[in-house]
Amino acid sequence: MRFKDVFSIIGPGMIGPSSSHTAGAVRLGRVAGLLFGGLPKRAEIMFYGSFAATYAGHGTDLAAVAGLLGFDTDDERIPDAIELAEQAGMRIAFRKASVPAAHPNTLTVALRKGRRHVRMTGCSIGGGSIEVSEVDGFELKFTGNYPTLIVFHDDRPGMLAAITRLLGDAGVNIGYMDVDRKSRLGEAATVIESDAAIPAELRKRVGRIADVKSVGYIDLNGGAAN
Amino acid sequence: MKFRTLKQLERLCADEGKPISAIMLEEQARESGLAAEQEWDKMKSYYGIMKEAVRKGIVSERLSRSGLTGGDAKKVHEYTRREEASLGPHAGAAMAYSLAVSEVNASMGRIVATPTAGSCGIIPGVFVSSQERFGWDDDHMVAGLFCAGALGYVIANNAFISGAEGGCQAEVGSAIGMAAGALVELKGGSPAQAVHAVGLALKNTLGLICDPVGGLVEIPCIVRNGFGAVNALAAADMALAGVRSAIPSDEVIQVMLEVGSAMPDIHRETAGGGLAQTPTGKEIMKQLAGARKKR
Repeated sequence: MRFKDVFSIIGPGMIGPSSSHTAGAVRLGRVAGLLFGGLPKRAEIMFYGSFAATYAGHGTDLAAVAGLLGFDTDDERIPDAIELAEQAGMRIAFRKASVPAAHPNTLTVALRKGRRHVRMTGCSIGGGSIEVSEVDGFELKFTGNYPTLIVFHDDRPGMLAAITRLLGDAGVNIGYMDVDRKSRLGEAATVIESDAAIPAELRKRVGRIADVKSVGYIDLNGGAAN
Repeated sequence: MKFRTLKQLERLCADEGKPISAIMLEEQARESGLAAEQEWDKMKSYYGIMKEAVRKGIVSERLSRSGLTGGDAKKVHEYTRREEASLGPHAGAAMAYSLAVSEVNASMGRIVATPTAGSCGIIPGVFVSSQERFGWDDDHMVAGLFCAGALGYVIANNAFISGAEGGCQAEVGSAIGMAAGALVELKGGSPAQAVHAVGLALKNTLGLICDPVGGLVEIPCIVRNGFGAVNALAAADMALAGVRSAIPSDEVIQVMLEVGSAMPDIHRETAGGGLAQTPTGKEIMKQLAGARKKR
């Protein structure tokens, strides 16, 4: 089911004018910002399809940057987000993609600070709901509706069992998961949507599993951090 | 959720002897793992945002961010109260309130997406005007929002609720269906009647394209919200009078999916066709582009 609960239909409470082009873009920006962890020095935001055609009029650019700043969809600072981000030292570039994306409301965010970088693609599917489709070259699907753990690791036997055993032992129930790899026994990534918040200590233990490279965490409803 | 179609929802209500809103609240609490009271309070806070947007919008002469729209809700509110308006004061209030919330949205004010921001006026317009007219308390209205949410949940998961995917029928059309069905429950109608109201309403917006001038959620979105509130009242009255949707509402939702999927890109929120590409629409877009460059 694309829409899982009543508040994806009635809601979110938001700053207008468009749930898909404004609120959805805020949430996509927030996910990207949380994946990056902290404020980037440079942000490049690429719009596809209907986003490319109408982003200026809908404030999609303001919204995506507001998300990078960690604002929620109903934050009254959204109209000033670009200015606030620039004051915070962020350099921002907007681009329009010439190729079509699978979904009309798609954007790609590339964030960078020093050597650290994150690249995320996602779409806004209506009513403020989003679907992330790609993170750093991995095809991973998740919605941001749940506390979400994203683990970058080597592709090797027993890796998923090691991750899920830690979560299971801590009483964390997994609602959905997705795995992708770049090559056989090469780099891989696993995303896990859970029913309850995953405490920082547990995330650290996941990070200490052999051959795990890094761990990200997104909780749009509970506030969050890496 | 224990239901995926309106038919299943209607049967659940019959089996358990509960209204749609009660089923939705139970299912919501089960899905989220939170207490029903918490979910209730969240919905109640949303109703507060809706009432606030109505209150602000009907007195505001503030223009939208683009300067294209604003002040119509106030005009309509004053006219329908003062003059011998064709709609009368009650439907007139629903229309004015709906316009009000949509104007607040266009000026980057705070609203609740119901189901989207483009269609955010219709449910508050119908709900707040009906609450005033019938003297219902806020808790009754909150139950109504859970009912509207259940109907929208089925539409969204079997078709779509964004203009970019399915045209205006998916946004304004869905909102009208949700408001109509919820109003039936609020007025004491049966779940079956509420479901018929959804089908009746949706049939009236099938094929409606999404063609916003300049790509903004303003022209024609705002007036379509005003019309939408009135349509919702009409669909609720038809259903409460005993009119049935001859084509079952679940099948009408499938038609919406079929029609929306067949819509060309230019009629799905890209501003590439329809009203957006009329000579005047293009002129407005040109002016907007010029104004942006100057800023």
